[in-house]
Amino acid sequence: MFIDGIEKLNQWQNECRKALDANKKKVLVCLGPGCLASGSDQILDEFKKVLKDKKLGGITLDSIKKTGCHGFCARGPLVVIEPEGIFYSKVKKNDVAEIVEKTLEKGELVERLLYRDGKDDKPIAEYKDIPFYKNQMKISLRNVGQIDPDKITDYVANGGYAALAKALTGSKPAEVIDAVSKSGIRGRGGGGFPTGRKWASCASIESDDRYVICNGDEGDPGAFMDRCIMEGDPHSVLEGMIICAYAIGSKEGYIYVREEYPLAVINLQKAIEAAREHGFLGKNILGSGFDFDIKVNRGGGAFVCGESSALMKSVAGEVGEPRAKYIRSVQKGLHDMPTVLNNVETFATIPVIMDKGADWFASIGTKKSTGTKAFSLAGKVKNTGLIEVPMGISLKEIIYEIGGGIQNDREFKAVQTGGPSGGCLPADKLDLPVDFDSLTEAGSMMGSGGMIVMDDRTCMVDVARYFLNFLVEESCGKCVPCREGLYQLHDLCTKVCEGKATEDDLALMEKLSKVIQTASLCGLGQSGPNPFLSTVMYFRDEYLAHIRDKKCPGGVCRELITFDINDKCTGCLACIAVCPVDAITGEKKKIHIIDQDLCTRCGSCYDICNYDAVEIK
Amino acid sequence: MVHITINGKVVKAREGEMLLSVIKRQGIDIPALCHHEAIEPTGNCRLCTVEITKEDWNGWKKHVTSCLYPVEEGLIVSTHSSEVMEIRKTLLDLQLARCPNSEYIQKLAEEYGITETSYKTRPDADNCIMCYACTRICEVLGKSAISAVNRGHDKVIGPPFGEEPPDCIGCLACAQICPTDVIEWSDDGEVRTIWNKKFDLIACKKCGKTIITREFADYLIEQRNLPPEYFDTCDDCKRTEVAQKMGGLVEAAKEVTL
Repeated sequence: MFIDGIEKLNQWQNECRKALDANKKKVLVCLGPGCLASGSDQILDEFKKVLKDKKLGGITLDSIKKTGCHGFCARGPLVVIEPEGIFYSKVKKNDVAEIVEKTLEKGELVERLLYRDGKDDKPIAEYKDIPFYKNQMKISLRNVGQIDPDKITDYVANGGYAALAKALTGSKPAEVIDAVSKSGIRGRGGGGFPTGRKWASCASIESDDRYVICNGDEGDPGAFMDRCIMEGDPHSVLEGMIICAYAIGSKEGYIYVREEYPLAVINLQKAIEAAREHGFLGKNILGSGFDFDIKVNRGGGAFVCGESSALMKSVAGEVGEPRAKYIRSVQKGLHDMPTVLNNVETFATIPVIMDKGADWFASIGTKKSTGTKAFSLAGKVKNTGLIEVPMGISLKEIIYEIGGGIQNDREFKAVQTGGPSGGCLPADKLDLPVDFDSLTEAGSMMGSGGMIVMDDRTCMVDVARYFLNFLVEESCGKCVPCREGLYQLHDLCTKVCEGKATEDDLALMEKLSKVIQTASLCGLGQSGPNPFLSTVMYFRDEYLAHIRDKKCPGGVCRELITFDINDKCTGCLACIAVCPVDAITGEKKKIHIIDQDLCTRCGSCYDICNYDAVEIK
Repeated sequence: MVHITINGKVVKAREGEMLLSVIKRQGIDIPALCHHEAIEPTGNCRLCTVEITKEDWNGWKKHVTSCLYPVEEGLIVSTHSSEVMEIRKTLLDLQLARCPNSEYIQKLAEEYGITETSYKTRPDADNCIMCYACTRICEVLGKSAISAVNRGHDKVIGPPFGEEPPDCIGCLACAQICPTDVIEWSDDGEVRTIWNKKFDLIACKKCGKTIITREFADYLIEQRNLPPEYFDTCDDCKRTEVAQKMGGLVEAAKEVTL
């Protein structure tokens, strides 16, 4: 069906809604990355199998929906029953028959699958009452987990493409740019450049051709916000890009997706085909005379290709190395033509801004960082997963209210924001509002939205070493400060971890970091020393403990720790069984002993001991 | 024309011209390892970094690589400020750790007061400073037979898959542009070897001296529309031939006037 105008779209939207409402109940099975890895596809099949043989009023096979990520990955696989919003967590294949029988047929709850805060707490039945969800606000993730990403009808029923129709028929391109500027939205990819200003500068350059590029090369370890949007709601990205194309006058767009996201590639391709078929892409979009089309471009797995200029080179078929940006991409980008490059989350947010208005969006968040931001919450926090919160929320609220606090109720030590080139913030920064400027001021950055929580068993020097290692591996190797400088910084950091560094080495690291920051060619190099700089700023005493006392306070750096068994030992033999080098000896019910010469300090005994009998010294 | 200030002196420059060429025209010496007139600048070595500001920047300044920075009216440039010197020193210190045996780097580092690197030297050090001059000149020649492969600290310059580069024509441009003479090649009688690929050399039909590889000759004949027999004789023999012809003409002219 070709939608040739706003009236036909409205009519189609009504039809899509009616079709959806025909089913009394909906079963949403999460097929996001986490749940899928735990076998949620089998749960989906099982629902179909069980329901096929049953005849239930108002429930058909269409009631079973595969959706994108629901966010609460720690409790996956997740199944949600609508319209009640019943939330079942850690569902297994053989729970399905029971869910169908009790919840779908009789309207009863399967209590053991409900969410509980703690083991002995009362179960919470509904989605909206669970603390993890209660404190969130979803804009870019509005449809993720709610709709079947393969069905354009689901997207349209939820108001999809209405913003595009509104822009194409009711606004001039300059008015669209004005609205985006007024909303105050800043690039969600990490830099935080005002999106409206970017679009306006691109539109102001005289040129026959210009391009729109969506950056889906999400490379930060532990970050999966963009992945979930591309997999779970691909049409929102397309709609944002089409609106941008209309605003700046582009005819051609690219979505650059990393090869490691095969499902995102498939779902985007399907979405593009469906959008073309219905007249949202291609010639004469929505009968307005405006032409625009999108191609998907797959990246080869290089972190640096998430950097805009390297990405554009990669799209053009060249080696993905950054160039100096003294001449900006909005002037000379892809194929030397004016180009707007925005991140997945930014584009997914645009339709909502057009739909609900710039003022509405600007009223959310803080004055200089408006709207909401998606984060992937990971590390030693209880509720790991995908979240979206209004800007300006404190780190504490994210970690303790949404995240539920630290695993095993251990002590919080640091939170890393902004991915590998971001920084680690200590406990006294927990009240910091999460917005672009506050995070940068504190020595970290917003980045694309990875958030890794660390507990007291983390060594901050080891953390810095780990992330520096990642950056050394991922440096493209073009410019000297990044290629040679980060390599040497990592080498010095390893020396600290091994207890071989001196205070002169620490001074050298600080001097070197400053040069890498100022002299590197691209953002990767310029932010490369951040893992070291932020940890040395907030956890200097830990560095000094490694250097002066040859101790690792976190109990992580193998060269500086020893494991010992104290008199809490019950003689259970568990550590003897788990030791890979047979360094532990002892008899049943007698205190075991570790042979320090044989011990490789792997920590297996420490992890397995149930009686706190293994100590790190 | 625009006016910029370099180290306190106001100078004229063409709009859009790169800052480095203006600085060099003033006779100011700043190192630029990856810069070469024949190729596009890329900003790999970062040594030509300078400090820039403008009157209306309210004291804010930034560091840019002058080889890539187009000049603009009112730019105020310092080429040897203390911060710039610190950057160059550290960069050379790092280069010296990478190429401890390169005399070229040793000499430059010494000019900046570094005789020994502060960092760990590369165990398998060669003299390649990764300036990409070789790959860029190969690209300019239209061949791109070699490129930078791998990434980060493991990056090396080489032919595809480490095999004989299929597109190489043995022109030696890469070896000749290399500032640290890393690229090995040899002319052994009638055979030239570079990147492990062997090329037959054309010998001058008159004097027998070797001129150029067959592949390079064919490429030039095709690209520049030269006569197919152009490389049959060497430049020396061509000159002799022309001189002889000219001599003959002079004799003939004398006879006519007499």
